[in-house]
Amino acid sequence: MSQAAEPFDSIRTEPLWRVRLKLAWKGFRKNWALFAENKIGIIGLVIIVMFIFMALLHPILMGWLWDPNVYDPVIGYDEILIEKQVVEEVTEPTTQVQVEIAELDYFHLNPQVGDTITILEQPAPPSSKHVLGTDPLGRDVLSQLMYSTTSEFLLGIVAALVTVIIATTIGAVAAYFGGFVDTFFMRVADLLIIMPLIPVLILMGALINLQLFHLAIIIGILSGFGGTTLIIKSQALTVKVKPFIEAARVAGGSDWHIIFTHLIPNLLPLSFLYMMFTVTTAIFLEAVLSFFGLMDVNMSWGLMINVAQSQGYLLSGTRYWWLLFPAGAAITLLCSAFYLVGRALDEVVNPRLRRR
Amino acid sequence: MLRFLAVRLVQIVLLLLVFQTLLFFMLEALPGDISNQFIGNPDIPPEAKQKIIERLGLDKPIGERYLNYLRNFVRGDLGVSYVFYPREVMDIIRERAPRTIVLFTTATLVSFYLGFVLGKQLAWRRGGLYEYVATIGGTILYTVFTPWFGLIMIWLFSFKLGLFPVGGFLNPQKWSGAPMSANTVFNRIMLTAVVLSALVTVLYYFTRKLSPWKREVRWAGVALLLVATIGIWAASPYGPYALDILHHLVLPVLTVTLVAFAGTMLLTRNSMLETLREDYILTARAKGLSEKVVRDKHAARNAMLPVVTSLVLGLAFVISGGIITETIFSWPGMGQTLLQASLTEDIPLAVGALTFVAVLALFAHLIVDILYFYLDPRMRSQG
Repeated sequence: MSQAAEPFDSIRTEPLWRVRLKLAWKGFRKNWALFAENKIGIIGLVIIVMFIFMALLHPILMGWLWDPNVYDPVIGYDEILIEKQVVEEVTEPTTQVQVEIAELDYFHLNPQVGDTITILEQPAPPSSKHVLGTDPLGRDVLSQLMYSTTSEFLLGIVAALVTVIIATTIGAVAAYFGGFVDTFFMRVADLLIIMPLIPVLILMGALINLQLFHLAIIIGILSGFGGTTLIIKSQALTVKVKPFIEAARVAGGSDWHIIFTHLIPNLLPLSFLYMMFTVTTAIFLEAVLSFFGLMDVNMSWGLMINVAQSQGYLLSGTRYWWLLFPAGAAITLLCSAFYLVGRALDEVVNPRLRRR
Repeated sequence: MLRFLAVRLVQIVLLLLVFQTLLFFMLEALPGDISNQFIGNPDIPPEAKQKIIERLGLDKPIGERYLNYLRNFVRGDLGVSYVFYPREVMDIIRERAPRTIVLFTTATLVSFYLGFVLGKQLAWRRGGLYEYVATIGGTILYTVFTPWFGLIMIWLFSFKLGLFPVGGFLNPQKWSGAPMSANTVFNRIMLTAVVLSALVTVLYYFTRKLSPWKREVRWAGVALLLVATIGIWAASPYGPYALDILHHLVLPVLTVTLVAFAGTMLLTRNSMLETLREDYILTARAKGLSEKVVRDKHAARNAMLPVVTSLVLGLAFVISGGIITETIFSWPGMGQTLLQASLTEDIPLAVGALTFVAVLALFAHLIVDILYFYLDPRMRSQG
């Protein structure tokens, strides 16, 4: 008799949180196996981890290795001098070298043929001191790139959290109650889906002083009430008719209790998936607005391209590649990384897309 | 169908009113008014400022001003631009809107077709290198930083290959002494495109019931129409000028298309994968139909519906991409106007441009809905 009761005793002595943790771990391992099956998601994850590493490395480098006066992403300055030999005097400049010499004349340096003179070079090409060169204002490009990573992540995460909190709550409430609440929020979502975000944000940028945090909240609200709500609501409708919701209602659970402890936890996987897509949107929008010069930020990837543009290096092609390429590639890579992870998660959440 | 159209039109009008209301109160929420411009100017006495306020009706109660604003909007009076004073905003929109509409329509159609065809293939050849290359390439194009991508396109096609102009709407050297304005030529191009697509649609409609070996008639007809159009244009004095505008149009359209097609492609792939699991695909295969027929006639047609639904989302994406592209290529359409007006704080013009974008998005949405109505037999039987 005592032997038969033993297994039940052992279950009872194990605390509840441990059982839950074990279950969660088991679920995570199963989903991870599904996620890892798709190499696309792994590629995205590797890129994201790389950027997190970059973001974490920047304060360390600034603290111990880099001189803040030179490497500060916003106010740093490095005077890079190069020596050039004056070859001949030109009156009508036609080539690039001749233009440079004509510029010397303009500054009244009066160089003689054969002289070696020292001139300031900015933007400076990559060197051992500045791995990605300097921008037209003499600031280190790599430092700017790494410094901006942190704010891009923060922006993405805040926007995604706001979106998901709004969309999940509204989606669950609209699906659960139906009726007027449902109609109202769905019409709002329809309106927001049709409106392209960039023009609206451009006008907002003209009217108010847009800061990173404002932008995150605005994007969060607009996409939270918009498309994400529609998708989460349709998922909530399929969860709502499941037997455990009925059981909770029979057991006497109140409406809000059912929504928050039974309905929403079942929507969270899908919400998490749409967080990834919101991060992509937020980073992209911030970059575009900074590029247009409508954001009030110290430094961001979009602003780096904006500086290159305002200083006239936009159409310089490959000659000043370090001004445009790193920032543009960083925006594209981080956006696509989150998108790829989102797509891989889609195959985990949505079994119909799986190979088997 | 008529009832459906009427309901949608009423909805559009209501949505526009809501949109205008939101815009009005957004502008109202900002501190100050136009007379604040002269705050630092000692030559303008307070009485003059008061006069400006009275003349513009800024001293009236907010409700009256709101009604006034709506009345003006319904009449099509969007105010006067500050930067292009004394041109009316509506006049500027009338001049520049066709350029944006052409860019938007061409890019949407081409990117949808391209995305659909490629997505179909992608789902069919599940797995392997092809899928990874297409998915990664598609994702990069879908999420690429559009301004940067536009610059790469300019660098590649204009600087390195020298195929297309760097930007702009026309080449001023070619147009000096031109007997007509650029807008006349452009409007005729638009008209030709509309007439041509209408004729092709009619041709398609009347030849669709022909037996397969008689379908050659269709292609012959399309070729004939194209030759006739090109002939008419080449013979008219507008020919070389139209060619110049089209030459400038290619690169922006290509850029927006490349950015936008990937979304459709990836979605078609997902939709196809779901459709391929249906029983009727198995039946079609069991009947011994060729792979091409199963893919194009049985799977792709059904997979198309969710793709068309999500085209609504895609429209907003193309409009956004178009605005960025217009700016990069200095294509003088509404997107560039919106940005320039925003940067120079020309608020009436910026609001007008945004209103235009909203109207464009709403009507594009309506057209997609009508398309859906024809594509989905279930909708037709209900409606």
